Amino acid sequence: MSLIGERGVRRILAVTAFSAISALLLIALFILNEGLPFIFRYGLHDFLLKSDWDPQAGKFGIYPMVAASLWVTFGAMVVGAPLGVAGAIFLSEFVPKSVMRVIKPTIELLAAIPSVVYGFIGVMVLAPLIRTQLGGPGLSLLAASIILGIMILPTVISISIDSIQAVPQSYREGSLALGATTWQTIHMVTVRAAKSGIIASIILGMGRAIGETMAVIMVAGNAVKIPHSALDSVRSLTANIALEMSYATGLHRQALFATGVILFVVIIILNSFAIVVLRKRVYKK
Amino acid sequence: MDCKFDIQDLSVYWRGNLSLKKVSLKISSSQILGIIGPAGSGKTTFLRSLDRMNELEPGFKAEGRVLLDGEDIYGAGYDAVTLRKKVGMVFALPVALPMSVYENVVYGPRLAGIRNHDRLDELVEQSLTAAFMWNEVKDRLDMSGLRLSGGQQQRLCLARVLAMEPEVILLDEPCSGLDPISTAKIEEALTELKKKYTIILVTNNTKQAARIADQTAFFLMGELIEMGVTDRIFTAPVHKQTDDYVTGRFG
Amino acid sequence: MRIHPRYTQRLAVTILGGATLLTLAVLVFIIVFVLEKGLPVVNFRFLLTNAEDMGRSGGIFTTLIGTIVLPLLAIIVAAPLGISTAVYLTEYTLETKVTKIIRFGTDCLAGIPSIIFGLFGFIFFVTTLGLGWSILSGGLTLAFMILPTIIRTTEEAVKAVPKSYRQVSFSLGATRWQTVKRIILPNALPGILTGIMLGIGRSIGETAAVIFTAGSSLRLPTSIFDSTRTMAVHFYILAREGLSSENAYGTAATLIIAVLAINLTAYWMMGRFIAKRS
Ligand SMILES: Nc1ncnc2c1ncn2[C@@H]1O[C@H](COP(=O)(O)OP(=O)(O)OP(=O)(O)O)[C@@H](O)[C@H]1O
Ligand SMILES: [Mg+2]
Repeated sequence: MSLIGERGVRRILAVTAFSAISALLLIALFILNEGLPFIFRYGLHDFLLKSDWDPQAGKFGIYPMVAASLWVTFGAMVVGAPLGVAGAIFLSEFVPKSVMRVIKPTIELLAAIPSVVYGFIGVMVLAPLIRTQLGGPGLSLLAASIILGIMILPTVISISIDSIQAVPQSYREGSLALGATTWQTIHMVTVRAAKSGIIASIILGMGRAIGETMAVIMVAGNAVKIPHSALDSVRSLTANIALEMSYATGLHRQALFATGVILFVVIIILNSFAIVVLRKRVYKK
Repeated sequence: MDCKFDIQDLSVYWRGNLSLKKVSLKISSSQILGIIGPAGSGKTTFLRSLDRMNELEPGFKAEGRVLLDGEDIYGAGYDAVTLRKKVGMVFALPVALPMSVYENVVYGPRLAGIRNHDRLDELVEQSLTAAFMWNEVKDRLDMSGLRLSGGQQQRLCLARVLAMEPEVILLDEPCSGLDPISTAKIEEALTELKKKYTIILVTNNTKQAARIADQTAFFLMGELIEMGVTDRIFTAPVHKQTDDYVTGRFG
Repeated sequence: MRIHPRYTQRLAVTILGGATLLTLAVLVFIIVFVLEKGLPVVNFRFLLTNAEDMGRSGGIFTTLIGTIVLPLLAIIVAAPLGISTAVYLTEYTLETKVTKIIRFGTDCLAGIPSIIFGLFGFIFFVTTLGLGWSILSGGLTLAFMILPTIIRTTEEAVKAVPKSYRQVSFSLGATRWQTVKRIILPNALPGILTGIMLGIGRSIGETAAVIFTAGSSLRLPTSIFDSTRTMAVHFYILAREGLSSENAYGTAATLIIAVLAINLTAYWMMGRFIAKRS
């Protein structure tokens, strides 16, 4: 190391420390550079709120995809958030520590399963089930919501568990000493104290759901239309990008990047929100 | 006896709070200076000012001058790393690094660039002998240092400092967690070592200072109350606070 | 009507426990389903022969190579960057505005969806830098994606090294870099390796970011400028185009085994790391 010297090392490390933030800025720069001009030309209003997506005819209204993404995300939250939070509470308050130490990593393994595998399960198992039991094409808003709901479980559970466990034991003891049952203590004291962490976990899960691509492509059906029922085939913003990117050129490609811009902005806002909420939790401790 | 450390009006602030107030004293070589005082009186802060370990913590600020062999160690251009090679430190809690006993001892010499195996072996034997533990560990030099007992680990820490061949050894309550026998071994080692080194020993145990220190300094609330030959501090202190403290009437 | 607290308690426990069981059942179901359908297809011939007829028959050999090479390249790039970022943040600076911004950037990067990485990789590496659909483009895109994971896990591991080790090292005249090299990194190594494993696991399973950057060529790549197809992409194409559900299941099973093996190794290392600490 005498070659570079102590100061040199410090300088090198300091430069590399900016790698992540530079990566983020680089991504922002290139996505914006590719997508923003289109948005300015086409008009944000027409782009977001018109329902005619016909690239051949130069029509780029992504409203059906916006609606689909919002509904799919909403559906995923309806499925995933209650299950995840309930699981987190049960695991951290009712299950012995030793069991928990096995189950938590197991659930976090869910996050490691590739999204295409989730999508495949959706196609092979869930969609046929929906088609035969509820009707419609099977590949639908409902199928996408359920699969995404499962996919966000690890995020929600793991962050919620962390914040529930961060609640000081003395809070619980204080409540129990006043004669409250375990459940009363949990929903009046523990969950309230862990609230910001739980909210953050849900927001981060939401970010995952909005951004998920492959699984949604496989199970949502991909029809460009505003959904009227949960059994309709829909196409999300992400799916639209991935499906058309391979052959899009010119204005069409720019429109897809513009869709990327919208996604990027939404995700950054959600993330910042979650990060701020999580920070607050850390300070409170 | 020549003057090793000449400390002039040393004040230390932690996050703006004054923790050491204009301390001035001279420390001669080849003897043991004992530092006593109640908890929070600034003993550790003072000791760590002598090898600039304080500045690794946030919120530290020092004023005044600390001359080592006539050179201000807080002066511009004085390198803390060079300083710490000359001024070794043994901490209150024994900390064996997670490596073998041998590697623990040669950690300092290796940093200093010594690669010669014979030289390193020689340093290990010398230092462990001087720390009164060569016979206990000479057959287990490959064993992890973490598996030694607390008392052995503390002597290992002393040996590790000795292997750097420093000029000054700072010890911060080195025996606070040790049994009487381990304590005796360390004291024996220190008495032997003072012939070669300048030793500054912070201790909570006034009897220990009385036993082995040549000079003793009494700190109270960040101030040096008095300093003198150990016998005099313990038998005829000038200040009432010193008297109260050494006779155990403090409080 | 007021229900007695004891009944609400029982009801709550039942609901919470049911939800937890359901979650676990889903996990077990997914893994068992894929393995049961896929494992019979997986054998040495499947793994070691090339795909034929777009993957309708034959094996998955070239995709196996793609799946090894791409994450490897990603790790080679991301690990040094991530580790040095984490070391800088924890060892070289105090908490300042700048470190806060860096941390915020890292957290944000972790939340970016893979399709955005795909778009970015396509426009930046494939088009602007002219690297084309290639292992290089794909690996670099994945490197961007896993960088936050490595930074975070390394930071945790580095923070877990006892402060007293640092003090001893400094007091023996070590410089900061010597302390990092001789004390911090060796002791944080298991944690760092865990982060690397998690990063590899994520790269192996990734599809959206890879398909737009590394392409989907089934030929055996001869250099990092060649396009390649990973197992995940292959599986996606097989499943979507309905080419061969048998081979799709086989690929999925191989993929899941690889991902599970890597993640379990990561957890196992983490466990040993924690056990060693205490
Ligand atoms: N790293 C630090 N940050 C902030 N304040 C500190 C720090 N170290 C010491 N202080 C403050 O400096 C004062 C003196 O502490 P110091 O540790 O020097 O006392 P001490 O005499 O060694 O006590 P003890 O006998 O308990 O070890 C205390 O008020 C303490 O709170
Ligand atoms: Mg002290």
